[in-house]
Amino acid sequence: MAGFLNSSIGKKFLMSISGLFLILFVGLHATLNSLLLIGPDTYNIAAHFMATNVFIKIMEPILALGFIVHIIYAFILEISNYYKRGPVRYAMTVRRHQSTWSSRNMIWLGIIIFVFLAVHLANFFWKVKFGGVPETTVNGVKMHDTYTLVVSLFQANIWIDLLYVLGAIALGFHLHHAFWSAFQTLGWSNEKWRKIWTTLGDIYAVIIAFTFGIIPLYFYFVK
Amino acid sequence: MANKTINIKLRVWRQNGPHDKGHFEEYELNNVPTAASFLEMMDLLNEKLISEGKEPVAFDHDCREGICGACSMYINGRAHGPATGVTTCQLHMRLFKDGETITVEPWRAKAFPVIKDLMVDRSALDEIIKAGGYISVNTGGAPDANTIPIPKDVASRAFDAANCIGCGACVATCKNSSAMLFVAAKVSHLALLPQGQVEAKERVKKMIAKMDELGFGSCTNTGACEVECPKGISIAFIAKLNREYLNANLMP
Ligand code: HEM
Ligand code: SF4
Ligand code: FES
Repeated sequence: MAGFLNSSIGKKFLMSISGLFLILFVGLHATLNSLLLIGPDTYNIAAHFMATNVFIKIMEPILALGFIVHIIYAFILEISNYYKRGPVRYAMTVRRHQSTWSSRNMIWLGIIIFVFLAVHLANFFWKVKFGGVPETTVNGVKMHDTYTLVVSLFQANIWIDLLYVLGAIALGFHLHHAFWSAFQTLGWSNEKWRKIWTTLGDIYAVIIAFTFGIIPLYFYFVK
Repeated sequence: MANKTINIKLRVWRQNGPHDKGHFEEYELNNVPTAASFLEMMDLLNEKLISEGKEPVAFDHDCREGICGACSMYINGRAHGPATGVTTCQLHMRLFKDGETITVEPWRAKAFPVIKDLMVDRSALDEIIKAGGYISVNTGGAPDANTIPIPKDVASRAFDAANCIGCGACVATCKNSSAMLFVAAKVSHLALLPQGQVEAKERVKKMIAKMDELGFGSCTNTGACEVECPKGISIAFIAKLNREYLNANLMP
């Protein structure tokens, strides 16, 4: 097993499994966020449910592990691959029509997502966990007013909104390659399924990027 | 039309041996027939260099008909040059413009050290084959053809994979210098056929271990290899290789 996990395919296997897990997570997260557009009570009830749910409590450390594994292996693979070219690099390469831009820039897209993630956790996760969130009462239940926390952040500063939009776009491009790639790595692909995975992946990427990207802009410009 | 010629400038990688630093040298070559293959053009260049008392450019070549895989050259930023589905010997000068500067480099990969000029040592691919890219059979009388029935679609699929000529264009092209397309072709070709299935699990483990050991990179599914492969090997075979490898390691 150790031999397997140290092999090139074994490392990719971990990238793929952790990546697919993150894909499920962002889907759930985007669905929840879209409730912000409906109204304060709906969103706060959903956020309260998520914050107190046992399943979510169990998933939280697993999610953190998923991110850590994904990011660590991304850097291990990227750096070791860089040195596999040898002592001299090509003077001229034409990569445009060989592969997608996303597939060649996964690490940079990942780094943008990572920077966004750090700011994002500092903005919300930290406050929700360690205090500083206003309280509200919905249907007689006392809970965090997460809605106000989110909306006041988005209305305060355009640069924060733009960082969130950039994070969403980077995630969209990351998924453009990542979605089908994860299935290819698991061996669940061939000529026919590649088309299906890339189409599904692009639809997913657009929906996710749009949902995450539109929310800060909506609260800054419309609300 | 038949006698059309062009004048070109060449920027060729010259390296005196494995330990030389190497550099680009520029040459002008006039009246190159557009009907010439790229290797014939290189022959013209070498004749010119020899007549000037200079050292000719070393490059690998053998069959000159697109089947041996020897003619490794990275031309204008692409393995085997601007055409798709061909090796350098099958590339023709009609694809280049009069007055054009053509950059010619050796394959660049840690696993393919330069021997001299454009010639690289591709024996790492042979090492991978030696690790498991064969079937073990007892010698003796040749068995009759078709004693093992194989459905036509399976045989054709195996043949698609068997088309690989071991040229190394996939490695040269890949941003990770990965040999996965080559290994995928070899593993799939044997794993698809009943004769190869007996040793399939051991084979894939040994060949991947060798591939990793020899300093090839790891695949990130960019798909660049299949675009430049002269034999049109599909990365669907890489999915099959992943399947075979995961199966061999994770299934009891
Ligand atoms: C946070 C920082 C992140 C970094 C640094 C990062 C980096 C990378 C890199 C470099 C790859 C290509 C690796 C390879 O193909 O071998 C990759 C693939 C992938 N990423 Fe990420 N990523 C990040 C976040 C995410 C997120 C948030 C998701 C999910 C929404 C995700 C999903 C995937 C998937 C599914 C793959 C494909 C795995 C495969 O090819 O087998 N990544 N990531
Ligand atoms: S897979 Fe294609 S590019 Fe790679 S060695 Fe075989 S023939 Fe050459
Ligand atoms: S010389 Fe044999 S393939 Fe080009």
